[in-house]
Amino acid sequence: MVATALFYIFAAIATAGAIMVVAQRNPVYSALYLVLTLFALAGEYVLLMAHFIAIVHVAVYAGAIVVLFLFVIMLLNVRLEERAPDAFRYMIYAGLPMAAILFVEMGYFAFRGFQQAMVQGTRVGLVESIGRALFSQYVLPFEVASILLLVAMIGALYLSKRKLEIVAFKRPRSKKERLKVMMYEEEH
Amino acid sequence: MVNSATVELVVSAVKVFIVVNVILLMVMVMILAERRISAFIQDRYGPNRVGPFGILQPIADGIKFLFKEDVIPYHVDRFLYLLAPAVILVPSLMTFAIVPFGSSFSFYWGDTPVHVRLQIADLNIGILYFVGIASLAVYGLVIGGYASNNKYSMFGGLRSSAQMISYEIPMGLAIVSVVMLTGSLRLSDIVADQQHMWNVVRQPLGFLIFLVAAFAETNRLPFDLPEAEQELVGGYHTEYSSMKFSAFFIAEYANMITSSALITTLFFGGYHVPFGILEALNLPVAWEVVVHVLSFSIKTAFFLFVYLWVRWTLPRFRYDQLMNLGWKSLLPLSLVNVVLTGIGIAIF
Repeated sequence: MVATALFYIFAAIATAGAIMVVAQRNPVYSALYLVLTLFALAGEYVLLMAHFIAIVHVAVYAGAIVVLFLFVIMLLNVRLEERAPDAFRYMIYAGLPMAAILFVEMGYFAFRGFQQAMVQGTRVGLVESIGRALFSQYVLPFEVASILLLVAMIGALYLSKRKLEIVAFKRPRSKKERLKVMMYEEEH
Repeated sequence: MVNSATVELVVSAVKVFIVVNVILLMVMVMILAERRISAFIQDRYGPNRVGPFGILQPIADGIKFLFKEDVIPYHVDRFLYLLAPAVILVPSLMTFAIVPFGSSFSFYWGDTPVHVRLQIADLNIGILYFVGIASLAVYGLVIGGYASNNKYSMFGGLRSSAQMISYEIPMGLAIVSVVMLTGSLRLSDIVADQQHMWNVVRQPLGFLIFLVAAFAETNRLPFDLPEAEQELVGGYHTEYSSMKFSAFFIAEYANMITSSALITTLFFGGYHVPFGILEALNLPVAWEVVVHVLSFSIKTAFFLFVYLWVRWTLPRFRYDQLMNLGWKSLLPLSLVNVVLTGIGIAIF
């Protein structure tokens, strides 16, 4: 009874928040509505007894990723949408069909898996069951995912480091170096 | 006959009420302690006029805050500006919910047996709850900094978000090594595991990392770069006045109280009394509960004192030093600590 009521409350908050994420002109507001949506989703996870997933959801998405979003938005001062409100008006023709397809697809699979999930869904999200599954059945995908993240991290480091080497704060020693700096300055 | 669901609800409500009020009371005590101890360290008197030894000073401060004019500058983002002080208070009061501040006792209500555990919620995910909720504390600062529409406030907000993300990682890894030792995320299990030997003995490095990270997470000196009075004129709360300004302060002190309580719980045996003194005293059960709560309070109070002591002793870090310390020293150290803990568990 209470659980059902809570489900609808969280669902309403999540949906409203998700709509506000796309409806807002100011990207800071969008990011904050995203936090609200993530929170409501975490609430739903708790109702499904998936405590671990719920708290990781909050810690990783709301606590770290959206903070980084905000960080970037505030640093770059993104005002594109405010300055040119109609710049993205053609997006709607691509976006709406995509959203519809995604909705139908997810709805279908959710509906198909619903019965099964109701039977076995009560203990899946607890720490013990997730830990056991990750370190026995899914140990290879788990390790592969970590390597993927590591590779992405090294790639990001490499891309951001390369420019710094050229504009190092020192006088160019050889002709070749001077040429390099001049070429860099011309480029930028 | 009272039904058991009602009993549980009433017990929880009473616990929440007591804990929230004790935290807010402790905030007042901390404000006075901060001023008196800073005065002591700097060889001054400090506030000693309101009431005996100045103990009514926080009440005078509170009344002053309430009656100050509440200025909302016209250039702020009004909705977010009003939201920030509320957002910052919520996580700082929520995190204490998982801390066990005493053992448990039972009594009869009518003829229903009532078992009271002195902890608001003994969650299955336990310490992860703290990690999750504490990471939300940054929103208050970021929103406050952004909404103020002032470059110094903005810098404060940006610094806080970078700092808190950086120090969450070593803090999380320090917690991981404690969890590895206990084999449980529940704080009640972590405390029970330390009955004979505190975790600080088995995890000295983990304790140091956690302590440093806790200072950074609560934005206290030597890591108070988000506020940095001399450079940022107060940082994210520059544009706030009256009770809104004090909300930021209450949140900071509440965070300190929760961090101290967690340091006690994770590394200093929680409510346990060391060296088997309690067993030697052979007290009645009711008194044991009181002694447990007292033991927890004394340890927490000690770490609160450490917070003040460090603040008035050490200078502030520079921003690059802060980031270097976080990423180049604490992170590798905490990873090494996790590996060492693993090896230790495998050997013993």
